[in-house]
Amino acid sequence: MSRSVVLVDAVRTPFGKAGSMYAGTRADDLMVRAMRGLLERNPKVAPDAIEDVAIAAATQTGDQGMNIGRSATLLAGLPKTVPGYSIDRWCAGALTATTTIAGAIAMGAIDIAIAGGVEHMGNHPMGELMDPNPRYLAEKLVEQDALAMGATAERLHDRFPQLTKERADRYALNSQIKTAQAYADGKIQRDLIPTAARSAELGWGIATIDEGPRPTTTMEGLAGLKTPFRPAGRVTAGNSSGLNDGATAALLASEEKALELGLTIKARLVTFAFAGVEPEVMGYGPVPATIKALDKAGLVIGDIGAFEINEAFAVQVLAFLDHFAIADDDPRVNPYGGAIAVGHPLASSGVRLMLNLARTFEEKLDVRYGITTMCIGLGMGGTVIWENPHWNGTASTGAER
Amino acid sequence: MTTPMALPEGAPEEVVTHALVRDVDLTPFGFAGNLALITLDNGFDHNRPNTFGPQSLQALGAAITDAASREPAAIAITGKPFIFAAGADLSGLAFLNKREQALAIGKLGHDVFRRFDEIGIPTFAFINGLALGGGLEVGLHCTYRTLASTAFTALPEVFLGLVPGWGGATIVPKLIGPERAVQVIIGNALNNNTMMKSKDALALGVVDAIYEPSDFLEKSVAFAASILSGARKIERKDYSTDPAWDASLAAGRAAALKKYGGAEIASPTKALELIAAARTNTRAEGFDAEDATLADLVMSDPLRASLYAFNVIQKKRKKVEGAPKPALARKVSRVGVVGAGLMASQLALLLLRNLKCPVVMTDIDQERADKGVAWVKAELAKLVEKKRMSAESAGRLTLLISGSADQQVFAGCDFVIEAIFEELTLKQELFKKLEQIVGPECVLATNTSSLSVERMSEGLEHPERVVGFHFFNPVAVMPLLEVARTSKTDDATTATAVAIGKELKKTMIICKDAPGFVVNRLLTRFMGEITDAVDEGTEPAVADNAMRSIGFPMSPFELLGLVGPGVALHVAETLNKNLGPRYRISPTMQRLVKEGVRTFYIKDDSGKLVPNPAAVALMEKGDKPSTAEEVRMRALKALAEEARMMLDEGVVSTPAEIDLCMLMGAGWPMHLGGILPYLDREGISEAVSGQRFHAPGIGSLPQ
Repeated sequence: MSRSVVLVDAVRTPFGKAGSMYAGTRADDLMVRAMRGLLERNPKVAPDAIEDVAIAAATQTGDQGMNIGRSATLLAGLPKTVPGYSIDRWCAGALTATTTIAGAIAMGAIDIAIAGGVEHMGNHPMGELMDPNPRYLAEKLVEQDALAMGATAERLHDRFPQLTKERADRYALNSQIKTAQAYADGKIQRDLIPTAARSAELGWGIATIDEGPRPTTTMEGLAGLKTPFRPAGRVTAGNSSGLNDGATAALLASEEKALELGLTIKARLVTFAFAGVEPEVMGYGPVPATIKALDKAGLVIGDIGAFEINEAFAVQVLAFLDHFAIADDDPRVNPYGGAIAVGHPLASSGVRLMLNLARTFEEKLDVRYGITTMCIGLGMGGTVIWENPHWNGTASTGAER
Repeated sequence: MTTPMALPEGAPEEVVTHALVRDVDLTPFGFAGNLALITLDNGFDHNRPNTFGPQSLQALGAAITDAASREPAAIAITGKPFIFAAGADLSGLAFLNKREQALAIGKLGHDVFRRFDEIGIPTFAFINGLALGGGLEVGLHCTYRTLASTAFTALPEVFLGLVPGWGGATIVPKLIGPERAVQVIIGNALNNNTMMKSKDALALGVVDAIYEPSDFLEKSVAFAASILSGARKIERKDYSTDPAWDASLAAGRAAALKKYGGAEIASPTKALELIAAARTNTRAEGFDAEDATLADLVMSDPLRASLYAFNVIQKKRKKVEGAPKPALARKVSRVGVVGAGLMASQLALLLLRNLKCPVVMTDIDQERADKGVAWVKAELAKLVEKKRMSAESAGRLTLLISGSADQQVFAGCDFVIEAIFEELTLKQELFKKLEQIVGPECVLATNTSSLSVERMSEGLEHPERVVGFHFFNPVAVMPLLEVARTSKTDDATTATAVAIGKELKKTMIICKDAPGFVVNRLLTRFMGEITDAVDEGTEPAVADNAMRSIGFPMSPFELLGLVGPGVALHVAETLNKNLGPRYRISPTMQRLVKEGVRTFYIKDDSGKLVPNPAAVALMEKGDKPSTAEEVRMRALKALAEEARMMLDEGVVSTPAEIDLCMLMGAGWPMHLGGILPYLDREGISEAVSGQRFHAPGIGSLPQ
């Protein structure tokens, strides 16, 4: 009874550095802005046709609490008949909002819905109000490292000694360069919703671009950064994503409904999978998740012509690429750069991967399949496989490799 | 800025509204260029709105200079969250003692605001929240305006005794034409200071676009970009040849005369002159005229009295003079109303709507009680019909109102108010009977207008729970509530009464239980002098029109017609008995009541008010007629004398409370400051008692 699910459109707010340009802006207001921007871009979708709203946040208190899914729906001015709920799978929140909504569409419960995520890490620092059960350590369920994401990244370096700091730094530099190029080409701005942000000291302004990118990054500069997670470590602020504020929103629909309403179809969902790994090496999660998803789809890695992988840490991307024997600088991977440059407002990032992949699909008509994948704290990975609706029937570049 | 501006001596420190400048890249909005965005923010939350005093204006001037130096494609101005700007900082005005200072403030505002028009690039006001007076005027100087859909806007200057003198009186007529300008500047201001909803502001042409607040700034910036790119055009009309000028100005004059009972009052008159001049003048000429007008008004006693009145109303609305600690108030979860006539039913509805607790009414038989309840329910239904109440709320309240012929239903009440016939013995009996039914802490309140509350409490087991709770008709509309304490009323009772009054959203004064309390005592004394003059042989028209020029909302006889001769006579008789023969019983009034003649004026065939022949025929015709001036003086002297006696007797503790009562209970105009600032400035206070009520500078120009 499964029905085809498509990505109609996806947008995001510009991402800010935590406690910087959005210091005076509430998380729910960021989410509202993304949702309103999304609906404004898709006037063919009547607001009362939205059948559900799933919004992710990793810390669901304060301005990210009160059932942010429902709350943002009301604040966005959607009809009160539109329901909403909250999702949490830490960094993969928006990705899980997408797959959960997709599941409901696929089984015929709903036809059109919004999936998104928000994280205001300035208002909600990582680990805020976290209260780990003492059993974790008393019973050695996990090691201390499992709860500090930077430490898990160091553990990946430990496990895979070939993933050197130099490789991680080079990957990070490349991410900055790709993002700078994408900005220069106007390829990132097109999916950003300009967002009003006020500061008591500066007054009102409008955020139109990401705050995080550092286009002047150099290998020398990266080499000199501190390794805050352990002495003589390899993980630095330069080869990790930052702490950020931002929100994303995607419009999902059954293919049937999208065709009926004449909506854009930017990607077709093939399948998805989540998988667990040891919490201490959570960054490895995308590997088993992708293997599982490919298996379900009846595809092999060679069928995938475009990769959007979240860059929580450069080493975590490298572990993935190494596993699948993909080069560190493979052009199929994150062509617009990634979280190391633009930032990673935890639960919102999944939809950012999707909107980038959708743009790649538009440009690469010979690519048939692409994936969005990310690692998740406490030892998980999540992968969604998408089909390019614009595919021209030629052999996938991926298969050729 | 060349005009040096310093605060006048004694003025409070200005809360400075800062003007912050930032660049906004318009590229994502479809225009290659920058917008310099100015944010007005005084650093406080919305409870302390942005205002413009001298330093704030200078800060804005500096911000405009800064913005221009960035060479933007356009400049825009917006506010802090929920507030654009609430206008001029009035707190310093009362301390100005030189005309040059007043002139300089007007000129400074113009000099800064007009730069938005003269700077040579398009300018925009993004009015994100409340914009009043000068707050709206700064936006009017801009080339274009957007408005948040939830924001209210107004030019309330004429309501305050001023004119929109920072460009409003000149720009508005040129922008939206005479008819709508008169509505915005005169009509709205005089109609209880009505503010425009966003859709009104758009329809009137005051703003160019409305956007929802959730992305107001983004949409407004997009609007600006679309204007700059030429994708959107706003056409302005030239209204100089509009055919409606004369009729509009005449309508404005008529509205002002009606508001002030036929008196020509400076602020609407001057505002209309400025509007009329805007038909043909240049903006610069208009601004100069505004400066001069503003300076004249600011240096006038009526304006100082208005500012004083405005402050008294604002202050006393929040804090009731002499109220016990709010914590002493008892919880009220069941209320009784004795009587089910019209007044009682109005009280029941008011209590029901605001307290949202069970309200029981009684009357001498079930039929009358049912009638009262039915009236309340019908009023609720009307509110639903007018969409002023949800069906759910009305449903909830409908279940809470009930009526009975049996006073046992008052058992369990925390507050019972009586509104039965004005007869002391009846009320005394009633309270004795109620004491047998209600608990010992239940407040027993009376809405009597002139009887002794003290005497109603005599012989009760718990006289400390009796309090006067005097409303003005119509009770839902008139904002004043006189809370009268007897010598025995305890603090818990008073606190409970005040707490209920707050729930009813009334402005309150606490007075000593004395005949007529404050408003009726002064009004009756005042009217008594008029009827007296008529009885002595003064032409009724001469007596009744003797005070037209002062600006009371209606003449004495118009007021008597509204109150009804029966009620007026009854109050006069009670006060005569309790306060003495200075409250005279008019034979004319007695005859009118006896013959059932209710009004002094009737409408003739053309709808004009003319003397009622039936009333004229019944008038006593003495042989000692007075001139209009003599009538005026004796009436005003009577007011001064009575007000002084009330203060000496401690009926209220401050002159400001008397002013508040006359403003809120009698609807007397702000330019009189209630009444005492007027009596002071006319020299009447001193003539009567050798002293003023207020020191010079309070409700008047400093000396």
